[in-house]
Amino acid sequence: MNLLTVPVLLPMLGAALTLILGRRPRLQRLVSILVLVGVVAAAGTLALRAHADGVQTLWVGAWPQGYGIALVADRLSAIMLTVAGLVTLAVLVYSAGQEEDEVRKETPVSIFHPTFLLMCAGVSNAFLAGDLFNLFVGFEILLFASYVLLTMGGTKSRIRAGSIYVVVNLLSSMLFLIALANIYAAIGSVNLAQIAQRMPDLPDHTQAQLQFMLLLVFAIKAAVFPLSAWLPDSYPTAPAPVTAVFAGLLTKVGVYAILRTQTLIFPHRPLTEPLMWVALLTMIVGILGAIAQVEIKRLLSFTLVSHIGYMVLGIALATTDGIAATIYYTAHHITIQATLFLVAGLIQRVGHSNNLDRLSGLMTTSPLLAALFIVPGMNLAGIPPFSGFIGKLGLLNAATATGTPLSLALVVASVLTSLLTLYAIAKVWNRAFWGTPVAVAHVDDEEDEDDEGSGRLMPGVMVGATLALIAFSLTLTFVAGPAYDYTKQAAAALLDGAYVQAVLGEVRP
Amino acid sequence: MSGNLTLAIVAGVLVASGVYLLTERSLTRILIGVLVMGNGVNLLFMLAAGPAGNPPLLGMFPTESMTDPLPQAMVLTAIVITMAVSAFVVTMAYRSFQLNGNDEVSDDVEDRRIRELAERDDVSDSYEDTSFSDAGEDMVSE
Repeated sequence: MNLLTVPVLLPMLGAALTLILGRRPRLQRLVSILVLVGVVAAAGTLALRAHADGVQTLWVGAWPQGYGIALVADRLSAIMLTVAGLVTLAVLVYSAGQEEDEVRKETPVSIFHPTFLLMCAGVSNAFLAGDLFNLFVGFEILLFASYVLLTMGGTKSRIRAGSIYVVVNLLSSMLFLIALANIYAAIGSVNLAQIAQRMPDLPDHTQAQLQFMLLLVFAIKAAVFPLSAWLPDSYPTAPAPVTAVFAGLLTKVGVYAILRTQTLIFPHRPLTEPLMWVALLTMIVGILGAIAQVEIKRLLSFTLVSHIGYMVLGIALATTDGIAATIYYTAHHITIQATLFLVAGLIQRVGHSNNLDRLSGLMTTSPLLAALFIVPGMNLAGIPPFSGFIGKLGLLNAATATGTPLSLALVVASVLTSLLTLYAIAKVWNRAFWGTPVAVAHVDDEEDEDDEGSGRLMPGVMVGATLALIAFSLTLTFVAGPAYDYTKQAAAALLDGAYVQAVLGEVRP
Repeated sequence: MSGNLTLAIVAGVLVASGVYLLTERSLTRILIGVLVMGNGVNLLFMLAAGPAGNPPLLGMFPTESMTDPLPQAMVLTAIVITMAVSAFVVTMAYRSFQLNGNDEVSDDVEDRRIRELAERDDVSDSYEDTSFSDAGEDMVSE
């Protein structure tokens, strides 16, 4: 079996197996964890191979080249796959710890693992897809699993949040299909490499239309500013592990798709100015939303929107430095945002609330929790030693190197956003962790769904999984040199057309 | 490539009706909107396949006269996905009906809260609370 199929097929097989094992929770958890370990191993190997031997390609089903469906792993795909695999693994371990510890009354536990694994399969498929239609299928798999995960348990607030999420994504899927039909009509292929070859021959207005449609679709998925309103409303109601993996991965799949199409299909039309405006607005509007929130999960959702702006900035610059910084920043942000949502889940358990008005003195109650929060919190804000700082510095350097007034304005906006993120984190810190601990008279409020830890407040497995993610983000900091080199080469390869060469070989159709 | 005008107009009307239904509040109508729109999009794929020809069966017809089979394969995938989506949305609408007595998509909770505050010309709870409780005197607001 070719290694390229493993990250897609293994989770699918795992999903089938865990569905059969629905009545044996322990075995189910073991299978899911083993499957994800396998995915991480395969992704890691792919990353090394893509680095050593160049772009890895597989034409599925042994059709003649150019006709079948291609799976392609270059450095960018491989990095995304590896980071995504590690984060999902940690989140799964966390949720396994949570399940072990709780008696879930309302949730049909048996369905969680199969759905979660299917989502991983969808994410992997989207990262490896060598043609646009396969990318669409990958999106649909992960979206479908995410609909189920988001409405799991079917409580009132989750159905409310879920219906908004589902409707928005249905619309974006329809738009994607329309874009695909247009591209097929204009180009006669949906293979990314072939589209890349033939796109420059099209009339300018056709290119502009296709580019706009693709950007629109992926911007909805990535929650880029004018299209981001659905995100902070739908994510916070889900259980902590689900929100963590959504926040970490799903929007980044959108960012990946923008990055891939912009660098591969439209390298001659970088759209620098409009994308920069969008990035600027995403950063500022997102973070202003965040500092107004009193609910930790909502606050984090807004910071998520805001920081997507940084990635869009790198894509807009369309220079090797900008794209390298974006890739590094994306890897960092997947990890850190997932970690923060996991910590929010722990806060919920310890403080019985995620609302800053009801939390106080967690520092006294649980110093460990405080440590778990402050490290990724500072990292998100981009305080110097951490990986967030390195990614932001790369982006700022790339923006100053361009030197247009707009890119300098973006430098200012990035720094401002970074400061305001620090303010938002400090707000959580001041109000939830400092002060005198409140005696928790157990309040029955609308957030009760995630609650009811019947056992210890901070089970070792959950803390361990969170610590592992923090350790991974610190690793990104410590090995920043080699990691950054890798992303630099990934970015250079994106811009020099190695992808098309590797997929289609020497033959030009 | 020459297109079929009838097909294009029908696809346009279907998509437009779908979009109109999508702006409704009731999940059932939204679902119908998605189905109508989905069919419009499928027609668009047929349009992308170019002029209609013979069935793409090797050995029975000359290759030049065949219809392009690839868009049909894509439409098939899209139909399957739409079917799964409708099953899910129907379930969700029913659950919403069980819980709320209707199947309407409601507003963002936060938006609603802010609008109510604005109508009352009030400030939010979090604003009033901006004091450092550890010192007890470092009042920021007021």
